[in-house]
Amino acid sequence: MTGASKYGPTPSQTVGPYFTMRITGEGENVLTSPETVGERIRIEGFVYDGDRNHIEDALLELWQANAAGRYDHPADDRDDVPLDPAFTGFGRCASDFKTGAYSFLTIKPGPVPHPDGGLQAPHVSLIVQARGMLDPTYTRVYFADEADANAVDPVLTSVPSARRGTLIAPRVDDDGTIAVYRFDIRYQGDDETVFFDV
Amino acid sequence: MTVTYTPRTHEDHPPFLYSDYKGTRKRSPAMALIPIVQSLSEVTGPGPAWAELTDDDADLTTNAGTGGEAIGQRSIITGHVLDEHGEPVPNVLIEIWQANACGRYMHWREVDFPAPLDPNFLGVGQCRTNDEGEYRFLTVKPGPYPWGNHYNAWRPAHIHFSLLGPALTTRLVTQMYFPDDPLFELDPIFQSVPEHARARLVSTYDHEVTIPNWALGYRWDIVLRGTE
Repeated sequence: MTGASKYGPTPSQTVGPYFTMRITGEGENVLTSPETVGERIRIEGFVYDGDRNHIEDALLELWQANAAGRYDHPADDRDDVPLDPAFTGFGRCASDFKTGAYSFLTIKPGPVPHPDGGLQAPHVSLIVQARGMLDPTYTRVYFADEADANAVDPVLTSVPSARRGTLIAPRVDDDGTIAVYRFDIRYQGDDETVFFDV
Repeated sequence: MTVTYTPRTHEDHPPFLYSDYKGTRKRSPAMALIPIVQSLSEVTGPGPAWAELTDDDADLTTNAGTGGEAIGQRSIITGHVLDEHGEPVPNVLIEIWQANACGRYMHWREVDFPAPLDPNFLGVGQCRTNDEGEYRFLTVKPGPYPWGNHYNAWRPAHIHFSLLGPALTTRLVTQMYFPDDPLFELDPIFQSVPEHARARLVSTYDHEVTIPNWALGYRWDIVLRGTE
C-alpha cells in the first residue's frame, strides 16, 4: 500500500444538536449488570461553557478497564488479568437538556500499566463532544480517595500541579450501596478542565 | 503493549475555536492540550466491544417499521473505512443520523423550521464494516435546512457519521456532504475544515453504485488514524 500522505484522515465535524436521534439510547449510561464484578460507583456532574452556563446538549462517552484493571479489547492481551464477561467498559450519556446533568453508573476500575513502567492510578477516560465543538475533547477522571496512587501517576504528574485538581473527582456521597463521585467539566477560564492531546 | 497510533494531525481538522461558527466561541478549550503518552487506556477502545451489538439496520428508507417507504431521492451511500496507510478497518460500528428529504429532523428540538415530517423516515441507521472495511447504507438524500448561526443561514445537505473504530484514539464524529453543493461556500461548519482537507468530506457520485430504475449511488471513503 502507499504511504500515509495519500490517505489523509477524515476531518472531524460537530456532533450537532440532534445526535440523540441515534446515540445515547435508554440505559447506555449504565455499564453494570447484576453480574458485574466490582465496587459500584456513580460518576456525575455538569459540563460548563466559557460563561459557566450548563452545556445542556453534550455527548459524554466513558471508557474504562474492569475491576481487575483489564480492558475488554484485543490490544490488552494480558491473560493473567481476568476479563469480566458482564462488563464492556463503555458507556454514553447525553447531558440532561433541562438540568445539564450527566451521570454514569459503573464500577471502580482497577489500575492499568503505563508503557514507561509501573501502574497508572485508577481512572476512566472521557470523550466530550457537543454542538459548538468541532473536535472531540479527551479528559480523564481520577478518584480523590486514591491519593497515594494519584501522587505517582505518570499522566497526572505530567500535568502542571495547579491544574491537576480538575482531573480528580471528590467522593461526595456513599450510602453503603454506591459511592458517588462528582466530576464537572469546564471550558475556558482559570479552572478549565485539562484536555489531552490523545 | 506494542501498538500505538500516529499522533492526531490537528492541521487536518477544524480548530476548536472558529468564530464564524458562533457555537464554538464559548465551547472551545482555551488552554493548550496536554500531551499524553499512549497507554492501554488510549490504544484500546469500545469499537470491538460494541460492534457486536448492532443489528442490520442500514436501510433508512424502511427502518421506521411502518410498512411504508420514506419519500425522497433514494440514495445508496457506500465506501471503505481505511487507516492512514490504506489498510481496510473491519468491524467499525458506524451510526448515522440525518434530516429527511425536506431538511427536517425527526427530533423534538427541531421546532422552528416549518417543513413536513415524514412518518416513514426516522433518519437513523447503523451498520458495521465488513472484513474489507466496507459499509453500505440505503437512505434518501437529506435536504438543506436553516439554522440560527447568522441571518439566512442554511446547512448544506449532510449526513452525520459516528465511527467507533479500533481504539479510543480513532474515535471520529463527522459529516458527509453531497457533491457540488452551492451552500459549501456559505457554511461555517464546512468552512472550518482546513481548505486542503475539505474535499475529504464530500462524497462522489458513482454510476457503478447507482442501480437502474431504483437508486442513485454515492461513494465516500473514511480514513481513521493508523498504528505506528
